[in-house]
Amino acid sequence: MNYSIAFRTIIIKEIHRFIRIWPQTLLPPAITTALYFLIFGKLIGGRIGTIHGASYMDYIVPGIILMSVISHAYANVVSSFYSTKFQRNIEELLVAPVPNWVILGGYVGGGIVRGVCVGAVVALISLLFADFSVKNTWITLSVMLMTATLFALAGFINAVLAESFDDISIIPNFVLTPLSYLGGVFYSVEMLPGIWQHISMGNPILYMINAFRYGMIGVTDVDIQLAFLMTAGFIVILTLFSLFLLHKGIGIKN
Amino acid sequence: MNALSLRNLRKTYNNGFEALKGIDLDVEAGDFFALLGPNGAGKSTAIGIISSLVTETAGTVSIFGHDLKRERAMAKSCIGLVPQEINFNQFDTVKNILLNQAGYYGTPRKLALQRTEYCLKQMDLWDKRNAVSRRLSGGMKRRVMIARAMVHAPKLLILDEPTAGVDIEIRRSMWQLMRDVNQQGTTIILTTHYLEEAESLCRNIAIIDQGRIVENSDMTSLLARLHVDHFVLDLAEPLAAAPVIEGFLVERVSDKVLNVAVPKEIGLNQLFSQLSVHHIKVTSMKNKSNRLEQLFLDLIDAKASGAHP
Repeated sequence: MNYSIAFRTIIIKEIHRFIRIWPQTLLPPAITTALYFLIFGKLIGGRIGTIHGASYMDYIVPGIILMSVISHAYANVVSSFYSTKFQRNIEELLVAPVPNWVILGGYVGGGIVRGVCVGAVVALISLLFADFSVKNTWITLSVMLMTATLFALAGFINAVLAESFDDISIIPNFVLTPLSYLGGVFYSVEMLPGIWQHISMGNPILYMINAFRYGMIGVTDVDIQLAFLMTAGFIVILTLFSLFLLHKGIGIKN
Repeated sequence: MNALSLRNLRKTYNNGFEALKGIDLDVEAGDFFALLGPNGAGKSTAIGIISSLVTETAGTVSIFGHDLKRERAMAKSCIGLVPQEINFNQFDTVKNILLNQAGYYGTPRKLALQRTEYCLKQMDLWDKRNAVSRRLSGGMKRRVMIARAMVHAPKLLILDEPTAGVDIEIRRSMWQLMRDVNQQGTTIILTTHYLEEAESLCRNIAIIDQGRIVENSDMTSLLARLHVDHFVLDLAEPLAAAPVIEGFLVERVSDKVLNVAVPKEIGLNQLFSQLSVHHIKVTSMKNKSNRLEQLFLDLIDAKASGAHP
């Protein structure tokens, strides 16, 4: 059995899906981030000065790029897989000889591609407002890919467990967005009062954003190795949990 | 060789409902097989287990000799499923639906394109290949489902009420299509509520009721068990009352219509002789109900009352 064809089929279907609806998937982040850069970077940032030696505009660019990667990798998988469940065409995959890891890989792969595409769009927009060069390409790309993978997996689990369209908007609205905003996108964690610094250290997104910022502009609030280990650990845990859900048929089989 | 073998298949849902109570079933390769039963009998659960959409509680499923648990990929690759409800991506084009399905079965792109063209032409859908599927008529959507199930050339095609809700003209054309597919060597398992459909198409039959197989035989010998045929007679002249004819049960439906129950051992010749004696002229006659339908009802009623049919 040639599983690479099945994998390619799922991932190409997923890429076609978000490209076909580009006004909903690729255009909004371009407009939103342009507004972030204009308002926070230009208008407010000019009064803030520098953080860790970087201009405020340069400081917020990595966080905004990674925040877009996180939300779009998640959104792609959660909406696509839940729609597949809702329309019952998940049955096409369940009846076919497609192993669970291929299903998971195909959907997560689609989420990663969308996350990276949106990240690239936001990075291009940022060049209109900031002038920066990437300090460490390997760290930058690997953090972006690992973060996209992690949140695509989270989106997959959300979609599997969701029983209504409300269920697929709760986590993005009430968990993901607050954690992203509080993950040091717009500020250094050192600027927070003592207790809030400790609380912020419990936010995994803080580590990813700082690792990405380190890769782009060489500035971080956290240990980079710890950030990599934590992200890799979460990827392993969520992958195993996703495969467990698929194996048991929870949320998708009767 | 058996296309399908079920052994002691059981399914108890989480709410405690026992949908299948240990069924055994064999379907020979090349057969056109009917799986019938009233609503809630367990047909869809059985088909769900065979096609991996439902997890069995106990028992084994073997498809062309491949155990569904141990040789999952091989077993699944033999099956094409046409489910009861439309379940393809309604936002995708007809062609993409088939190409994706072929891809899931590991069919290389070039072959997938050839198979897609072949199946869509066979279903008379080639002109609609680039149409978005949600814009198709109900009959066309049904045909897309059959084309999709056939795109990877399965050896066993499972049709779960494939003609539900389609008009009679399309249903007849789909019957011919199913016959053609079967004649080309594909084993077909059909579930349907149109018993005329099962009688017309299928060679062998199993009837399932309350999670158990209550009948499993060939269609001819099953129908031979029907002891009484019911006919509706249209009369040339009006009748005031139903005639009393020995050996037959005659009911007056209206002035010019009679229902007659004809025991097989007596036959129609004697009925017509007796009608002539009573100076009753018959202009036309038809079966009151489909023969299989009558038998089906008898079997289900008999099981419900604990008697033999």
